[in-house]
Amino acid sequence: MATVLKQRKLLILVIAFALVFPFLIPNNYYLHMMTISFIWMIAVYGLNLFAGYTGYLSLAHAGFFAIGAYTLAILTVKAGLHFWLAFFLSCLISCLIGLLVGLVALRTKEHFFAIYTLCVGYIIYLLIDKWDSLTGGVRGFIGIPAPANIGPLSFQTPVSQYYLVLFFLLLVVFVMYRIIYSLTGRTYIAIRNSEDLALTIGISTMKNKLTSFVLSVFFTSLAGALYASFIRFLGPDIGYISVMFDFLTYLIVGGIGTMAGPVVGTLLITFLSQQLQFLQDYRMLIFGPVLALLVIFYPQGIVGGVIRWKAKRVEKSGNPQVRTMPATNRFVISRHSENKKQVKEG
Amino acid sequence: MLLEVHQLTKRFGGLVAVNDVSFSVEEGKVNAIIGPNGAGKSTFFNLISGFYKPTSGQIIFKGQDITRLPANQRAKLGIARTFQTTHLFEQSTVFDNVVIGHRLRTSSNLFDAVFRTKRLKREEAECKEKAMEVLEFVGLTDVADKMVANISQEQKKRAAFALALATEPEIVLLDEPAAGVNPDETEGLEQLIVKMVDHGITVCLIEHKMSMIMKIAHKIMVLNYGEKIAEGTPEEIQNNETVIKAYLGGSAIA
Repeated sequence: MATVLKQRKLLILVIAFALVFPFLIPNNYYLHMMTISFIWMIAVYGLNLFAGYTGYLSLAHAGFFAIGAYTLAILTVKAGLHFWLAFFLSCLISCLIGLLVGLVALRTKEHFFAIYTLCVGYIIYLLIDKWDSLTGGVRGFIGIPAPANIGPLSFQTPVSQYYLVLFFLLLVVFVMYRIIYSLTGRTYIAIRNSEDLALTIGISTMKNKLTSFVLSVFFTSLAGALYASFIRFLGPDIGYISVMFDFLTYLIVGGIGTMAGPVVGTLLITFLSQQLQFLQDYRMLIFGPVLALLVIFYPQGIVGGVIRWKAKRVEKSGNPQVRTMPATNRFVISRHSENKKQVKEG
Repeated sequence: MLLEVHQLTKRFGGLVAVNDVSFSVEEGKVNAIIGPNGAGKSTFFNLISGFYKPTSGQIIFKGQDITRLPANQRAKLGIARTFQTTHLFEQSTVFDNVVIGHRLRTSSNLFDAVFRTKRLKREEAECKEKAMEVLEFVGLTDVADKMVANISQEQKKRAAFALALATEPEIVLLDEPAAGVNPDETEGLEQLIVKMVDHGITVCLIEHKMSMIMKIAHKIMVLNYGEKIAEGTPEEIQNNETVIKAYLGGSAIA
């Protein structure tokens, strides 16, 4: 019980901090950084649902992020639709594309799924890059409107946009939490742990994987649409592989298959890379080894590491273990140890 | 007959893993399948549980043809199975592993999850209740909160049984339940299997430990090179010359 209370307190503290942040640090640069990290976080939550909790590494998510962004841009600028209608439609269209991709991609497993989705992501990038008449190609897409007013609420200022994005982030976290800590979430986790076992206990793995995939596409494309309306300029680069690996880095550093992982990883990496800006691309010389070490020693990222450390302490102190809800993702650990085994055998 | 298999054949390229096998599983009994390594026993199980589609032949469960039905739907009809390696998730508690077993009898979906509807709460409670019930049945109540990684091999087997039982099956297919378990513990598993049968669950069993088979099986089928070479009561099988040959090889006469 105590840990639950502590967690709740911590959560309230974090949300309170996010709420007062614009007043604590009235600096437009940091506000911008925060807003953009929130957008990345939403995208990473999408990835986390599928890669972290359902056990399939999708490398097409930057592509879906771009689809969400570009659809919003096209619908508002070219089709002249009302912002919020376009916003809704861009998520819907992304989900439909996600459904079609998922129907084919989910026939493959493990590495093959990753490779397949990597190709899908790259094709999406190429389409955006080459389809000049629709997307503006390499010149990019300009003139995307800021979010339209909702009643008396206007989203023209950076502060109001910050709160809008924060609202969506909290909503996404809330929905994620509800899903993961429900029978549906347990079902996804069962598929992650062993698809064969899931099948024998009567779980329709294909249906559940597809739902989870489309839902994760929904979150990521929502982030994309927010990105388009916040930055108001789009280039094909936002669908590029490097963005995908940024998402993945945020997720792995924070903790894949943990609830808080995307927040921790995204904040840490975006702020670190800002602080190390003076090193330019040499930053990667630092990030690369740090990431490698993290994956070796903390395959579940920072949050996973903390959870493990706490669990050990509980065990040592001899307390009966608190019955956890669907266990956090340790599949990286198990895969990791498998890899070790293979190395030894090889 | 609860489950009937007619002339089942499975080919993997040039290899005939199961060749024209007919077999019927008697309700409320322990039906054992034995045979030397590579005889096609596990393939036979995979065919019944729906992991492989047969090349030819028919599988009838309670009068319904299930030959082309996917594995998860067979589970819903009441066919459960365990694996040689338990496939349990080591880094999670026994309870958490078992609680999902009742999922197939629930119907709450994403909508229920997001809005935490009454149905979800009720079904979650049902799943937890079922998990505690089956854990008590297999005798694992006191390790329910332990990580699977920290329990013994025999307890893992019991947990796998519990998971299968949580699906409320009519027939349970057990693939080498006593493999990697010491003789004392094997006895405990025997008693558990007998207990399952006493509770009206039909058991179909693959096992190499003959002492166990001979003690608890009502009916035995012997496979060799994918073909059924004998079928009968334990006594009949023990005295069957073809079976003795298959196990001891050549012209040995026991």
